[in-house]
Amino acid sequence: MAVVTQVLRSEWTKIKSVRSTVWTLGIAVVVTVALGALISALSKRDFDNLSPKDKIQFDPTFISFAGMGLGQLALIVFGVLVVSNEYSTGMIRTSLAAVPQRGTFLFSKITIATLLAFVVGMLTSFVAFFVGQAMLGSHKAHLGDPGVLRAVIGGGLYMTAITVFSMGVATMLRSPMLSLGILMPFFFLISAILGNVPATRKVGQYLPDQAGQKVMQVVTFGDDAPYGPWGGFAIMVLWVVAALIGGYALLRRRDA
Amino acid sequence: MIELADLTKDYGDVRAVDHLTFTVRPGIVTGFLGPNGAGKSTTMRMMLGLDHPTSGTVRIDGRHYRRLQDPLKTVGALLDAKAMHGGRSAFNHLLCLAQSNGIPRARVREVLDTVGLTSVAGKRSKGFSLGMGQRLGIAGALLGDPQILMFDEPVNGLDPEGIHWIRNLMKNLAAQGRTVFVSSHLMSEMALTADHLVVIGQGRLLADTSMAGFIRENSRSFVRMRSPGHERLRDVLHGAGIDFVPRSDGALEVEGEDAEHLGELAARHRIVLHELSPQQASLEEAFMRLTAGAVEYHAHDDHQPPAAAAPGAAWGTDWRKSPRKKKGA
Repeated sequence: MAVVTQVLRSEWTKIKSVRSTVWTLGIAVVVTVALGALISALSKRDFDNLSPKDKIQFDPTFISFAGMGLGQLALIVFGVLVVSNEYSTGMIRTSLAAVPQRGTFLFSKITIATLLAFVVGMLTSFVAFFVGQAMLGSHKAHLGDPGVLRAVIGGGLYMTAITVFSMGVATMLRSPMLSLGILMPFFFLISAILGNVPATRKVGQYLPDQAGQKVMQVVTFGDDAPYGPWGGFAIMVLWVVAALIGGYALLRRRDA
Repeated sequence: MIELADLTKDYGDVRAVDHLTFTVRPGIVTGFLGPNGAGKSTTMRMMLGLDHPTSGTVRIDGRHYRRLQDPLKTVGALLDAKAMHGGRSAFNHLLCLAQSNGIPRARVREVLDTVGLTSVAGKRSKGFSLGMGQRLGIAGALLGDPQILMFDEPVNGLDPEGIHWIRNLMKNLAAQGRTVFVSSHLMSEMALTADHLVVIGQGRLLADTSMAGFIRENSRSFVRMRSPGHERLRDVLHGAGIDFVPRSDGALEVEGEDAEHLGELAARHRIVLHELSPQQASLEEAFMRLTAGAVEYHAHDDHQPPAAAAPGAAWGTDWRKSPRKKKGA
C-alpha cells in the first residue's frame, strides 16, 4: 500500500512542476482583484445616482468581490486541468501504476490542489476586499463591521469550493474540453440566468455558486433566499461532496 | 514471476482477452507476441491493475498488483512512451514517480544517466523525440530497481541505435536474474531478444514455448526450382522419388533435399534451370502461420497459404480495420 505522505509529496511535485498551475492561479488573482477594484471605483462614482432602495442594498464588501464571477473561471480551469491533464496526456496510467490505490491517488491529488486553492483563494479574497474598499473611499466597509470578516473569509472559501467542485466534475468526465465546456458556461451564464429569471429562481438559488455566494454578502435586504450565509455555503459543500463521491466511484470502477 | 490464470477481458461484445493462462519466469526475456489488436496491451494493463479483468486473475509474486507495497520497487513498466505530462521536465516526471513510492531523489539522477537523458533532464518532455520519450519511459520503469520489468512494444519508432540499446538492456536485465516481459508484433524482433515465447491471437493463447523450440519446429527449409521444362522437371523428380510442392508461379518447392543434389539431378537429365535456390522459411512466416487461424479477417489477396505470401507486406494492415467480433457471438 502506498503511503499517503509519499503520494501527497508526489502530487505536490506534480502540481508545482507544470506551468498551467501558475498561469491559472495567477489569472484568478489578477482578474478577481483588478475587476473588483474597477467595479468598486465605478460604484463609488455612481453611488449618488442610486435609488434609495439601491442605497439601502448597497453592499461594499460584495461589490469588491465583483471580479470573482470572472476570476472563478480561472480557478475552474485550474481544478479541471489538475485532474484531466492526467487523462489527456496519458499520465494517468503511469500514475495509477505507481499508486494503484485509486482512492489514495485521487484524494491526495485533490488535497494538494485544494490546499493550494485555499491559500490563493483567501489571499485573493482579502486583497480584493482591501483594494476594493480603498476604491470605494467614503462608502467603504471595515473588516470589523458586522459580518464583513465572515464575508471575506467566505470569499476565500467560495473560491476553494468552486475549485474542488471542478476537480470532482473533471474526475467524472476525464476530458478537459468536455469538463470546461460544461463548467464554464454553467457558472458564467446558465447559473446566473436561472438565478435571476423569476420562474427558475427557486431552483437557481440552490445551484452551487448561487448558494455559495451567500456567504460573501453582508447586506441582505430584500433577499428572499431561504438560507443564511453558512446555510448557503453548506449547500455548496453538498454539491462539492457529491461531485467528489461521483468522481471517486467512477475512478474506482473504470479502466484507466 | 507473473502468473496469469484464466484471464479474460470483454469490451462490450468484443472479447479482447480470452482465458489466458501462462507464467512469466525470472532470469529470462519472455516475448509476448501477437498481431496488432491481439490483446497484448490489454493483458499488460490488467497485469498492472489498470484495467479490471472480466474474470480470472493476475498474480505478481503471488499477490495482486494492488496489494504491492510501493509497486514500482516490484514491477517497472513501459506501457506507452507518451504516458506522461509533456509540460513537465524529465527530472520532475521521474521525481513525482519516485516520491510516490518512497524512492530517493538520487535514484532519479541514476536512471536518467542509465538511459542517457542527463543532459535534457530539465527539459520539458513535450519536445522529446519518440526515442527520447521511450528512454524516459524506460527510466521510469527502472526507477524502483524492480525485479520484474514489462515493456510494451519498446522498439516501436526507434532508430537502429535505440533498438540495439533496448535489446541489450533487456538481455542484461534478464541476466541479472530479473523477470523481463516484452511485447512485440514482430517475430524477427523477438527472435533476437526473447528466450521464451508466448504467442496470442484474438486474445487466445496460441503458443507458450521456448524460443529455441519454436525455431526448431518452425524454421522449414526447402529448395525452390524453376525451369522452362516444367513438365519434364516434375517427371524427373517423380522418377527419383522426390516430393515437391508446385507453386502458382510455376516454381516447385522441394523439402529435404539439398540444392547440389537437385542441380546435379537436373543436369543429368539435361533440364535447363532458371532458378535453383535454397530457401529458409522465416520465423515471421511461421508466426503468421500460427496466428493465421486466429486472424478472422485476412487481407483478401492471400489466396495462397501465408507461407508463400511476401512476409510483412500486406499482413496485419488490412484486417485490423475490420470490426472484430467475439467468437460465437
